[in-house]
Amino acid sequence: MSAENSAVQRSRWLLLHAGVVFAFLYLPVAVLIVYSFNGAGVGGFPPRDLTLNWYRTLFADGAIWESVGNSLLVAAMAVVIALGLGTSAALALDRAQFPGKALFRRLVLLPLILPGIITGLSLLMLFNSDGIKLSLLTIVLGHGTALISVATTEVFAGLQKLDRAQEEASLDLGANYWQTFWRITLPNLKLPIIGAALLIFTLSMDEIAVSFFLIGRDNTLPLEIWGRLRRGITPEINAISTIIFVFSLVAIVLWYRLRVSAEGASEIGAELVDTAAQGD
Amino acid sequence: MFSRAYRAAVTVPPLIWVTVFLLVPYLLMFFYSFWSVSGSQAIIHSWNFENYRELLTIDVYWQTLLRSMWIAARVMLFSLLLGYPLAYFLSFYAGNRKDLFYQLVIIPLWVSYLVRAYAWKTILGSDGVLNTLLEYVHLTKHPLDFLLYSPFAVVLTLTHIYTPFTFLPIYASLEHIPRNLVEASHDLGASPLQTFWRVVFPLSIPGVLAGATFAFVLSLGDFLAPLLLGGPSGIMLSNIVVSLFGAAYNWPLGAAISLCMLVLVVSLLFVSERLEKKWSFS
Repeated sequence: MSAENSAVQRSRWLLLHAGVVFAFLYLPVAVLIVYSFNGAGVGGFPPRDLTLNWYRTLFADGAIWESVGNSLLVAAMAVVIALGLGTSAALALDRAQFPGKALFRRLVLLPLILPGIITGLSLLMLFNSDGIKLSLLTIVLGHGTALISVATTEVFAGLQKLDRAQEEASLDLGANYWQTFWRITLPNLKLPIIGAALLIFTLSMDEIAVSFFLIGRDNTLPLEIWGRLRRGITPEINAISTIIFVFSLVAIVLWYRLRVSAEGASEIGAELVDTAAQGD
Repeated sequence: MFSRAYRAAVTVPPLIWVTVFLLVPYLLMFFYSFWSVSGSQAIIHSWNFENYRELLTIDVYWQTLLRSMWIAARVMLFSLLLGYPLAYFLSFYAGNRKDLFYQLVIIPLWVSYLVRAYAWKTILGSDGVLNTLLEYVHLTKHPLDFLLYSPFAVVLTLTHIYTPFTFLPIYASLEHIPRNLVEASHDLGASPLQTFWRVVFPLSIPGVLAGATFAFVLSLGDFLAPLLLGGPSGIMLSNIVVSLFGAAYNWPLGAAISLCMLVLVVSLLFVSERLEKKWSFS
């Protein structure tokens, strides 16, 4: 067998393997979407009685939409907290020297790799001992804190690529630090910051392990779904998940376009996972 | 080039936040683990090692820890077996479709974790999609009941969830391999298999370690998949913690288990980081 032949054979096996992995990754997504239109409810093969009834039920379901509103609010506030502090932390790690810097870096990044239950429970103990009542606000604090790691990683990666000569020039030409930050540093970090914001928003919308322990009276969407799952399976959950999936897909396509136009695609998200697992 | 005020302005706010919302809560968890709970369900703030003694002596904690680690180890193994060849295919054989395939790996991550676990439940249930399909094509007469409410279901679901996370760092490390090294190995007469095992694989080890750590650590601490799909035989350590913080109401004991988990995770990260440094060539 010639070398080319075996190379072709190898790539065929790899292609077959890739096909199997993709089937495995997409099977639940496909089932989710198909059964959101299934008149006979979830499960049962083949799907029958195509219907939009579950979407009608969904749109009339006040509790779900209230929880969607809560989730959007929490996610927006988590973006503000995590992005503000994460950008600041990235600048600190890039530019300042202070005692305990190594510990600080590890602490900031830890929630990225730590199971959510530990972050959630430790915050629950904090709020409990301070007599703070659990509410959407405690969830915002939890998400904000856990997701600083995402903003820090993304912005820090952006800072590594930043050419400091521009900032030096700005300072030499008489701009103060504040002006330099707003006019030079921040515009140069536009892409990592937008990317981080989208990631934080989506992660917060989906988050359940931390929220699970910090929930007050008002539900976020994942917790509302969780509550319903415990009572039984309903295709309404398929319907809301399908809608959110479509929205996320639009968001990711927009983000992808944005970043591809600025740099190569292969790095997106990889630095995040890489940093998380390496701890630095 | 940055003034003292600038450095203080960027350092102080996150430093305070991280101290209040990360460091203090971890310390609080540490303190709690030495306290106890009274008959009237009040926390007694007297220091003792009772919780840790209980963890060491009562079998159920050990068994659950071992089961959790065994589940996490299988998830890690399967994620690597699925993720590595996929990453290798993308990096070396996918040509200009690379970015498309890459996006295809990422997209399922945008369906929420909970919803994907729920989708597996609807697939694996006794009147679920898979069982009714098997009966429909006359492969089985009765539903297979080992599919759901078993460790199998938990491993399957967590593998599904963490395969993309394992894939990402492996792919990144494969992409960083200078292609002229591979060509050099080829030109010097190594077979493709030799080139893979002697050049490509060793250089991808940091990515493999990162991905493996991710899959192992995150599935070790999971409690939602076992609650949803695990049944009694699929209970994991975090489920015990959840019940200790809920109905069983023993926060100090729950804190002791969480703290052990935290220490275990941080040591694993430490080891993996050391190994990655050892294997990275740059």
